[in-house]
Amino acid sequence: MPEHLKTFEHKKRNWVGKPLKRKEDLRLLTGRGTFMDDIRLPDMKHAATLRSPYPHAWIKGINVSEALNFPGVRGILTGEDVAKMSNPFPVGVPVPPKYYCCAIDKVRFVGEPVAVVVADDRYVAEDALDLITVDYEPLPVVMDIEEAMSPEAPVLHDNIGSNIYSHRFFQYGDMDKAYKEADLVVKGKFHFPKYGSTPIETYGVIASYNPFSEEFVIYNNYQGPFVNHSLVAIALGIPENKMRWIVPTDIGGGFGTKTGLYPSIALIALAAKKTGMTVKWIEDRREHLLASATGTDRVTYMEAAVKKDGTILGLKDKAIDNTGGYIRAPEPGCAYRSTGNHTGGYQIRNLDREVLVVGTNKCLTAPNRGYTCQELYFSLERMIDLVASELGMDTAEIRFKNFIQPDQFPYTTATGGIYDAGDYQKVFQMALDKIDYKKMREEQRKAREQGRLMGIGFSTVVDPSVTNIAYVTLALTPEERAKGHPKSGSGEAVIIKMDPLGKVHVIACTNPQGQGHDTVISQIVADELGVHPDDVTVSNVVDTHDRVYSITTGSYSSRFSSVVTTAVVTAARRLTEKMLKIAAHLLEANVKELEIQEGKICVKGSPDKSMQMRHVAGTAHWNQAALPEGMDAGLYETCLYTMPTSQPPDELDRVNSSNTYGFMAEAIVVEVDPETGEVKILKWASVHDAGTILNPALLEGQVMGSCAHGLGGSLYEEWAYDENGQCITASFQDYLVPTAMEVPKIDIGHVEIPSPITALGSKGAGESSCMSVPACIGNAIADALAPLGVTISELPLSPNKIWHLIQKAKKKR
Amino acid sequence: MAGRRRITVKVNGVEYEREVDPKRLLVDFLRDDLELIGTHVGCEHGFCGACTVLFNGRSIRSCLMFAVQADGAEIMTVEGLAGDGKLHPLQEAFREHHALQCGFCTPGMLMVAYELLRDNPDPTEEEVRLAIAGVLCRCTGYKQIIDAVIAAAPKMRGK
Repeated sequence: MPEHLKTFEHKKRNWVGKPLKRKEDLRLLTGRGTFMDDIRLPDMKHAATLRSPYPHAWIKGINVSEALNFPGVRGILTGEDVAKMSNPFPVGVPVPPKYYCCAIDKVRFVGEPVAVVVADDRYVAEDALDLITVDYEPLPVVMDIEEAMSPEAPVLHDNIGSNIYSHRFFQYGDMDKAYKEADLVVKGKFHFPKYGSTPIETYGVIASYNPFSEEFVIYNNYQGPFVNHSLVAIALGIPENKMRWIVPTDIGGGFGTKTGLYPSIALIALAAKKTGMTVKWIEDRREHLLASATGTDRVTYMEAAVKKDGTILGLKDKAIDNTGGYIRAPEPGCAYRSTGNHTGGYQIRNLDREVLVVGTNKCLTAPNRGYTCQELYFSLERMIDLVASELGMDTAEIRFKNFIQPDQFPYTTATGGIYDAGDYQKVFQMALDKIDYKKMREEQRKAREQGRLMGIGFSTVVDPSVTNIAYVTLALTPEERAKGHPKSGSGEAVIIKMDPLGKVHVIACTNPQGQGHDTVISQIVADELGVHPDDVTVSNVVDTHDRVYSITTGSYSSRFSSVVTTAVVTAARRLTEKMLKIAAHLLEANVKELEIQEGKICVKGSPDKSMQMRHVAGTAHWNQAALPEGMDAGLYETCLYTMPTSQPPDELDRVNSSNTYGFMAEAIVVEVDPETGEVKILKWASVHDAGTILNPALLEGQVMGSCAHGLGGSLYEEWAYDENGQCITASFQDYLVPTAMEVPKIDIGHVEIPSPITALGSKGAGESSCMSVPACIGNAIADALAPLGVTISELPLSPNKIWHLIQKAKKKR
Repeated sequence: MAGRRRITVKVNGVEYEREVDPKRLLVDFLRDDLELIGTHVGCEHGFCGACTVLFNGRSIRSCLMFAVQADGAEIMTVEGLAGDGKLHPLQEAFREHHALQCGFCTPGMLMVAYELLRDNPDPTEEEVRLAIAGVLCRCTGYKQIIDAVIAAAPKMRGK
């Protein structure tokens, strides 16, 4: 690691590490939370959105006259208005499609907005939708990722001329040499499905526009604002400071899905501007399951060059991402976000990558908890098992063989990632012990003798957190990047203040969606200032006019534990420093002689020379003349912390795409019913290194939740379409979310290897098993079905799909 | 407005008399007319369970009923659980076991858990899973909810 990068000393703490009960719970348990739909403004009208029933069609005309005359309707916004009133959203690809917040002359996926009705209430608005007539001219559709690249495929965007949004090649190390030195090359093809996180609270927006000041005020449940506030301002053609976003105290789940909200923010803003009304729109579930956002589905071709002893010398892969009818920011991020950790936990020094991002007539994408990594690791970890199978090696042994060693940290990967700390062997060994691996293999042997299909799967993956925004610029070549402005950073801002009576208030902008940030912030501040967590209050919502924030602000990429905690600690230390200076001045002592003890600042060794911290605070606010000369009055300190490891990509396309890198090992034992294809999970161990544990109860919640998401993506969830482009999973009856009956018992373990580059040693933990579970379940089922000659290369593994795979294999024999 | 119907509903022990449109959903009536916004809407088609309330003692999806159907009924919502500034033992157990994250499904979860423990004061884990299976949660993976309900059982028996 470069010398100049900041490292932290970690000290013992009283509150951090304890399972403190959450501050947030008192309002949420009693029905007193404030979610998006709970916001009611004076004179508020209600919107409903007309959506395309066609996956691909010209819009020849729209007739809204009957709807406009419907009693209670206040106005209607159509694509024609949107084209006049706004611009396409910018997106970081060489030739962007013209993506507006509403279809203009062509629809490109089922559910794309076509018009917005504003009415006195939601019932009227929805009824009026039926009175709008749209003249569509249907076009041929393209639904398959690989067919989208064919020269014969229907083209979605004439200005691009093909369905390829982004295409790049990358070379790291020397793959030719790896091939030469290899004893064999193992090949695989993998298809990762399109699924989402479907937060139980849907999207919501309330927008108003003042035509005199030309300002928008927009309430929304976006999990940012980060870069997308700027993008919406550009789309609306207004200066950024003329658009205020306010997010309510509570967001009912985000998981990345809610970053897909921003086009709807622009849409409702335009409806408000056109009608002159305050307009509220709450997405319904059907709209959500048609047109909100999914994770990115991907086809990967991968080759591994390996030695007979299991050493993996290099990888070559070609990944094709599908972003649907358009490409919108932060895409093509899915193709590049995991660049720094592309080789996972292994010492693989050679890599050739080809990246393609294509369009089909499907719903658009957004980051989905684990963003990029479930796609990456499904192919990488399945590949590891394929190599083991080719070599007749044990699937645990091959992982140990290739792991980065504990004494190699900080470890710089071939692609530029700087892994801060880890002990992968220890984490994986704990997972093996938890399932009693040797015994399981013995049981598997016996089961196979009885004709039962039992399988053991692993995935051992690096968990990147705190995105460095630099990675998005990899969509451009080094030459193209050199012509533009570089991007880098991961900053997050915190303000801490002590009020005149000596209590502490923290103002943050992380916009949590249930992660318990307010509780953890008060634990950290309590430790730093020597106060009780109950004495710390936290206000933690986005208001782009009132809050200090950075372009990277928001809750995504598991940022809180690493970057926000460091900002909190730094701000608290600045506050302490100022208080010590004031106390030293008042006590006529030297700052170095002072210490803080139980709410007092004392001169070491002179117990009579001390003063209460609240008196220091009182002086700072009420007797400003008594402060040291030149000092600002009051007690407010700010820190906008960016991790120094967030640097732009270099000329060889190497980038530290995240900042802290945790690790996790999943070990899952399954049994597959050969008659029905149903999968039963017999054992599941999930072991994590998230660095220093901040609050074990909250961490367990994050891990369990992410395991359930991973399970959903592995076995149940898919945003499915028929060959005509109709989405066939537009209700929770068809889009299957795991219930309490499906999520099994999971044995969770932790190894704490503190990060040297965060103030508390903590690394990210929010996305965690979403990245590792799909690969692990895929591996377990592949192992179970191996005696039948079935290979697993796609998800979700529904009973139906497994049954077909078994029948196909039987026919072959 | 023509066709409006006058209904009387008792919610959390308080009697309300209101005029409603026949097609007004019960959940909209609770949230918008009575301003009891603790009950949440997650899907409007009866699958997610966030809008669950107790209707004459039984859990129902308030997005699948019209307000007029509630004429004369007694309803309990999440706002009816805690009293005198003190959490109900079930709410206390949810807090103790970190059984909620974003809190959006929580009102529905509390309602089905309350109904379960009222009717079955000592449920097995499987019975708890079955009882809450009609409410979807995307944050917790359910484990801590199950732990909380099991832990609340003896406290509710002793209440």
